[in-house]
Amino acid sequence: MINIKVLGPGCSKCIETEKIVKNALKEAGVDASVEKVSDFQEIAKHGVFSTPAVVIDGEIKCAGKVPGRKVALDWLK
Amino acid sequence: MEPMKNISCACTACEIQHKAARRQQTVHPPFIWAVIVLSVLLWILIYRQLNPFADFVTYTILKLPIKSPMGESVRFFFYDTPKVMMLLTLIVYGVGVLRSFFTPEHTRKILAGKRESVGNILAATLGIATPFCSCSAVPLFIGFVTAGVPLGVTFSFLIAAPMVNEVALVLLYGLLGWKVAILYLITGLLIAIIAGWTFGRLKLENHIEDWVREMRINTSEVPDERLTWTERFDHGKAAVKDIVGKVWIYVVAGIAVGACIHGYVPEGFMTSIMGKGAWWSVPAAVVIGIPMYSNAAGIVPVIHALLGKGAALGTVLAFMMSVIALSLPEIIILRKVLKPRLIGTFIAVVGSGILFVGYLFNIII
Repeated sequence: MINIKVLGPGCSKCIETEKIVKNALKEAGVDASVEKVSDFQEIAKHGVFSTPAVVIDGEIKCAGKVPGRKVALDWLK
Repeated sequence: MEPMKNISCACTACEIQHKAARRQQTVHPPFIWAVIVLSVLLWILIYRQLNPFADFVTYTILKLPIKSPMGESVRFFFYDTPKVMMLLTLIVYGVGVLRSFFTPEHTRKILAGKRESVGNILAATLGIATPFCSCSAVPLFIGFVTAGVPLGVTFSFLIAAPMVNEVALVLLYGLLGWKVAILYLITGLLIAIIAGWTFGRLKLENHIEDWVREMRINTSEVPDERLTWTERFDHGKAAVKDIVGKVWIYVVAGIAVGACIHGYVPEGFMTSIMGKGAWWSVPAAVVIGIPMYSNAAGIVPVIHALLGKGAALGTVLAFMMSVIALSLPEIIILRKVLKPRLIGTFIAVVGSGILFVGYLFNIII
């Protein structure tokens, strides 16, 4: 199963990112665990320093912006 | 149930592909450029009609008597609101497109290993251009410091980024004129540069929380992407939706309050409290500004009205800088990575910079 982490302290952009990722999962019919990481120490450990960021199976997919729906779907392919 | 689900899934997928294909076929770059040029021309045309529009609404539709306090207030509101909103939309769009050329990752690369003074200037300038969500100030701080960006240089960035932003500059330009906007830009940058440089001199590195200093970041690279112009313009659109969508309510509320002050508060009312003569008004403005948390959008219209009633420019600018650059929520968040003494120094250094600017303006203007 794919492991997806949405990194961000919890502002509106991070919440939006999480929603987009979850919607993309539903749309692509992919089963994955989505984890919200809001602890600064945890975020920094991933090597990310601009949030919101999305990490899929340990790989940073995007950082510092809310991904588009299409972009999110591309990651899941 | 199951087959149904599959069918609908396939359809959505088809639709997306179709849409993507259609977009690629129809939206050629030259077409987009034409749309942009036309929009700007249209913008200019409308912008030039705002004065007659405000007169028309106030005196013809609402039939308010000319020179009455009510008429003055209403006219002020109907002139300034569309003007500021239009300026805001245009500039935020432009800045959104411009910012697609910068990322925090690039900025970090540029700043890592730079010498102090040059680094401070670069950091303050990049603070304006680099896009970052205000709530990622802490991750950004960690990212910069662990990559070897000197502490003072990091602070120059973190001070300039919220203080000198496009929303503040647009509002100052729209309501107070380009001279004030430029003065604000230059002094804002100077505070960020000098405060950051001072931090570097103070050698406060061991007042960063221990876990940050001990942190070794795995330097997994964020994928670098090349954007097409179409995508850059989309960035501009997204910025307008995001920023204008968020601040318009503050602009309207701010202008409404400003309009009331404009029409009803007597001329010269603020002179004794916020005028040049009252030396204590600058520090008072800074202290009052710290716990207040507002963005530039809400505060500039009020400032504009206060100025008209005899408040001194320096005092008013000091107040504005204090409200947006030294905010309590930001300080609380920064506390997670900075020890109390460093936080205290941060407030003291930035506060003194703002004080200095306040007095300077009151003396020279």
